[in-house]
Amino acid sequence: MGTSALEFEKPIVELERQIEEMRRSSAEQSINITAELAPLEHRLAELRREVYRNLTPVQKVQVARNSRRPFTLDYVKLCFTDFIELHGDRAFRDDAAIVGGWARLEGETVMIIGHQRGRDTKENIHRNFGMPHPEGYRKALRLMKLAEKFHVPVLTFIDTPGAWAGLGAEERGQSEAIARNLFAMSELQVPIVATVIGEGGSGGALALGVADRILMFEHSVYSVITVEGCAAILWKDGKSPEMREKAASALRITAPDLLELGIIDEILPEPEGGAHADHAAAAATLAKHVGEQLDELRKLKPEKLVRRRREKFMKMGQFEE
Amino acid sequence: MAWFRKEKKVREPRRERLEIPPDVWEKCEACGHTDIREKLVRNWHVCPSCEFHRRMRAHEYAALLLDEGSIEETEVDLKSTDPLQFPDYPARLKKALGTAGDSDAILTATGTMERMPVNLGVMDFAFMGGSMGSVVGEKIARLAQRSLEKKFPLIIVSASGGARMQEGVLSLMQMAKTSAVLSQLHDRAIPYVSILTNPTTGGVSASFAMLGDAILAEPGAVIGFAGPRVIRQTLGQDLPEGFQTAEFLLERGMVDHVSHRHQLKQTVGRLLRHMSLKPVASGWDTA
Repeated sequence: MGTSALEFEKPIVELERQIEEMRRSSAEQSINITAELAPLEHRLAELRREVYRNLTPVQKVQVARNSRRPFTLDYVKLCFTDFIELHGDRAFRDDAAIVGGWARLEGETVMIIGHQRGRDTKENIHRNFGMPHPEGYRKALRLMKLAEKFHVPVLTFIDTPGAWAGLGAEERGQSEAIARNLFAMSELQVPIVATVIGEGGSGGALALGVADRILMFEHSVYSVITVEGCAAILWKDGKSPEMREKAASALRITAPDLLELGIIDEILPEPEGGAHADHAAAAATLAKHVGEQLDELRKLKPEKLVRRRREKFMKMGQFEE
Repeated sequence: MAWFRKEKKVREPRRERLEIPPDVWEKCEACGHTDIREKLVRNWHVCPSCEFHRRMRAHEYAALLLDEGSIEETEVDLKSTDPLQFPDYPARLKKALGTAGDSDAILTATGTMERMPVNLGVMDFAFMGGSMGSVVGEKIARLAQRSLEKKFPLIIVSASGGARMQEGVLSLMQMAKTSAVLSQLHDRAIPYVSILTNPTTGGVSASFAMLGDAILAEPGAVIGFAGPRVIRQTLGQDLPEGFQTAEFLLERGMVDHVSHRHQLKQTVGRLLRHMSLKPVASGWDTA
């Protein structure tokens, strides 16, 4: 960790390195330099705040995709107890790009389902960079139905560039698998809370996103298409930083944008320097907010829950008449 | 000197030379067969030589599927706005309104099909590639709502490149919206038939298009989540012959039937009568 700093984070990383260096040499020489360090640490905190307060949309995309950011299984470890992973769609294979299973949040059983990316190349190949095949969505559906059967709420974590575009995925019905999840989530009789923890990419994200409450981490993004894809289609240039920047701004993909558009319910604040700077703090925020939402949703009868969820999505969109 | 002399008479052309304007002819994209456009139109845009199903406009599908004189367009007042202030979107909308008409990318109508009252939605690829934005989602939601109220079966003909990028995540949410309204139809056992035409991809195929109680596809139609170009880019290799065609999907178990356009109406009619428990060849009124 810490090796793949983002471009705009370089000043932060540099300062961190200096402080670390001073600490180490002072420890070696047994000198107390707390007084000298204090202004530097103060400056570091300020720098982090400054950089992260002014992130541009395209920088948020980079933060959301950062491999140091906590993934679904990190949150599982940090917020939940008694996790037991459940594998496979019972039809084709186990898709490692989506993980799920039983767990406890503050002692209460919940069903967790989330996209899972990899931290290194080997793990990313295993997890297909968090891009699911149809069997991943079908596993997710199986787990949702299982949760429904035992009246257990479903918590989903969204963190994917999108559904995998490949031959096998198409052959096995990627479209149908995503559509089926949207449909089934619209009538699931238990509470669903979805949280965008990283990148919410298109239909592949939405297939875990039809929920009673949709939360989004401060620096995560949620979009109908990747910024690269958008720029490539509209301006025939998906590579250059200018076009990616233009697409990122135009698509309105940041958490405040989505709150304003009426898509999400709540923005989860991230620790100074982003969720990747402090996994534990991000996890504590997640547990607290998801727990609060669940407490409210648990009070609703299934019919009311489903009716409200449908109404929520039926209201989405803007037009004139 | 001959006793007979042919009287020399200047022959007047009997009529004006028939001027055939060049745009009367159309060439089939698939086999190159050239024919008079009028003839192709009357043949519902199916090439008489190779049976290739050419692209057809929404109102033509409505005329194909609904009984003559029964078509009543609904939700005519919904118009796309530019909620994100997306670059060039208003200009593109204006252009589409000019060239493709003011129904946006879907025409919704109520009418009868073989005397059964139905609600029909037909996507129009001519309007910004049949892309689904807020208006398309809302029109489908309202059409389905009509079906819920009156218990009329729902039919949707899809032709779309996917979600409308220019409306960002609002477009994405139309996938959830349309699926949510279909789940209500499902609860009330109101039949829904989905017809896939060329092309049906992206957010449309990954929502209402793949959720039919019966799914029909036109021959040769390209149907998939990721378009062929995207897959080719991702994999860096050419796709196998016939990949993502209607026939390929039939073989892989993703659609119920590949139906020739000329048989579409009777196939849908038969399906709807089965699913509404109506006798053979009866209309709604005789049940």
